[in-house]
Amino acid sequence: MTRSFQTSGAPHMPPQTTVAKVMLQVLLALIPGVLAYVWFFGPGILVQITLATIFALLFESLMLRWRGRPLKPFINDYSAVVTAVLFALCIPPLAPWWISCVAMLFAIVFAKHLYGGLGQNVFNPAMVAYVVVLISFPQAMTSWLPPVALAEHSLGLADTFVTIFTGKVPVPGGWDAVTQATPLDTLKTGVDAGRMVPEIRNSPLFGDFGGRGWEWIANWFALGGIFLLFKRVINWQVPVAVIGSVLLLSLPFWLLDPDSNPFPLQHVFSGAIVLAAFFIATDPVSGCVSSRGRLIFGAGVGIITLVIRRWGGYPDGIAFAVLLMNMAAPLIDRYTRPRIYGE
Amino acid sequence: MTMASSRQIELAREAGKRIHHFHGGLRLRHNKKISCLDAVERPPLPAVLVVPLLQHAGDVAEALVHVGDTVLKGQPIGQCEPCATIHSPVSGVIESIEDRPMSHPSGQKGPCVVIRPDGKEQWIELKPLDNWLDADPDCLITQIQSCGLAGLGGAVFPTHAKMRDGRDRKTHTLILNGVECEPYISCDEMLMREQPDKIILGARVLRRVLGAEHVIIAIEDQMGSVQRSLTACAEFAESENISVIKVPKIYPEGGERQLVQVLTGLEVPAGGRPSDLGLICQNVATAAAVAEAVTEGKPLIERYITVTGNGVTHPRNYLALFGTPVSHLVDCCGGYTADVARLVVGGPMMGYPLESDSAPVVKASNCILALSHQDIAEPQPEMPCIRCGECARVCPAMLLPQQLHLQIKNDLWKPLEEYGVGMH
Repeated sequence: MTRSFQTSGAPHMPPQTTVAKVMLQVLLALIPGVLAYVWFFGPGILVQITLATIFALLFESLMLRWRGRPLKPFINDYSAVVTAVLFALCIPPLAPWWISCVAMLFAIVFAKHLYGGLGQNVFNPAMVAYVVVLISFPQAMTSWLPPVALAEHSLGLADTFVTIFTGKVPVPGGWDAVTQATPLDTLKTGVDAGRMVPEIRNSPLFGDFGGRGWEWIANWFALGGIFLLFKRVINWQVPVAVIGSVLLLSLPFWLLDPDSNPFPLQHVFSGAIVLAAFFIATDPVSGCVSSRGRLIFGAGVGIITLVIRRWGGYPDGIAFAVLLMNMAAPLIDRYTRPRIYGE
Repeated sequence: MTMASSRQIELAREAGKRIHHFHGGLRLRHNKKISCLDAVERPPLPAVLVVPLLQHAGDVAEALVHVGDTVLKGQPIGQCEPCATIHSPVSGVIESIEDRPMSHPSGQKGPCVVIRPDGKEQWIELKPLDNWLDADPDCLITQIQSCGLAGLGGAVFPTHAKMRDGRDRKTHTLILNGVECEPYISCDEMLMREQPDKIILGARVLRRVLGAEHVIIAIEDQMGSVQRSLTACAEFAESENISVIKVPKIYPEGGERQLVQVLTGLEVPAGGRPSDLGLICQNVATAAAVAEAVTEGKPLIERYITVTGNGVTHPRNYLALFGTPVSHLVDCCGGYTADVARLVVGGPMMGYPLESDSAPVVKASNCILALSHQDIAEPQPEMPCIRCGECARVCPAMLLPQQLHLQIKNDLWKPLEEYGVGMH
């Protein structure tokens, strides 16, 4: 009596990991940083994350349907959610609702699906989205909040909703009462106006290293990043190269002229460097594949960010840096292919 | 093609003095114990035996018998130069010569000799080499060839051809591979426990053929009982320059190139073979078969094979005749369990699936693995690669599989060469 069996290719074991598992771990690792964000800047970020996620999933479903792809496995891979959350973490917490809509249109439709969908995008979708809205709507994208502790008026959840959906701030004084320049902005305009860095840093906006509040958020993002390193979701090369290059490159400037250049740790703990080092520049799809390639990629991100901060028109430049390095990634890959066994 | 330098060959002489590492690799659950509980036995004779005429890369052997012929146990039934000769595993009658499933990764049918055993187990006259210690290496190679020896580790490369190459290329060290790095498989472990004398004797014969100085028997570091049985046997006490070396159990350490790297710290040159470094690797089971071929004149007609997995009732090892249908072995193990889902020849990493258990045991079959539903993943839709790089991290050949995958998906076949495909 013989018996027949279904056949399938090797290996004959269940997969160790899946795309969904990787994305979920990334989302999990972002939680401490997001909670810190809420602690320091109020509940606006949660509204932005929710909005961006809804729009991302909406555009994801539309594009999957249009491309004739099955909805379930691709919606459940959480990749659109990761894009949405990373984008939301980059924008002002009170940005109007339609910012997320426009941004996710560009992230999911243009940067992701028109390039071939998951795994095929050349550019980091969250950064494409951020740059599009930053350039198109500079006013809305630069209305940042001071830390709750410093704010004249801090908005509760209901007021936050009203602000995001109507564009009007329901407190006396309106927008001017609730927004303030970011530490990086303050630094840039201050230095441009000829003031000295130590003097600028006397502003209560600054903490021990970077901006008040911001530096602690960065710490919690770093903690999440270390979790991802430990789980082998990301490799050490990119975060080390991004942060290392920022430290190394800013050091000589600071040593030579500490009055007009911030000290290296201030650079690291300002803006989105830590978030980008662990969560954005580590995107495997738009990054490099070899260890050497990742080191070059990360160093490139760090260097370009510093160049933009020092000489460019924007207070922070990490999104541009990531996109520029995304462009260079295939070339870097070509020249950094590891030696093969026996070669 | 890269050539090995004389400096590398000198370094290769130090093989086994230190344990080195290879790139990547995986730590897998062994799952070996379940099949190691019973002593190895021969199963009862099956009703018919199906012996494929193609058992390794190369041409199909030419049948030396016709339908209706009576054959003796050990009689040659298939031959072609430079294949390893194929012998009848039983005495009996040739029932047919026809295309049947032949236990091949392709799953294709091929010409097989179907033999109905007469139960008498009548051998042909065996011609052992009485004084192999004085025998000419060529004479030993001829004996190995006529006994149909082929690598029993899975590649089934004809042993005489490999030994001829090794003899011509000044081999200094013979490596016997007892590293069964695939989970579940335990046939080599059982052989080393039960027949250490044959393995050591075979090693000495092979060393004489090669004119080599050293023999290294590589085993996994958790095979303590194997080490004891190999070093305690009488044959080992009489031999010189044979060392048993434990290597860490990391998949695929049993791969020839990885084993060479672990023992010597050297890489086999691209496009080359271990013999470029003065090394020849043979499986321990091949060495035992060499001992039988030389001292008893016994052709290769049977092998140790593991029948295991959660899909069989009573996992164990058998000494099975080639041509024995897989279904017969599974029946002898108490049959399948209720939740058997997949039948694999070899281990879970590199084994190939069988469509039907009517396929026979062949020289390459080291394991019949019956997996249950829990052991394998339910088929899922393929998700796109996000280049997470886990494949490159574990790749022992230091390839970039994610890049290869990308090129193939985009139909870019030319750049594949740049990434190492087709070099080896």
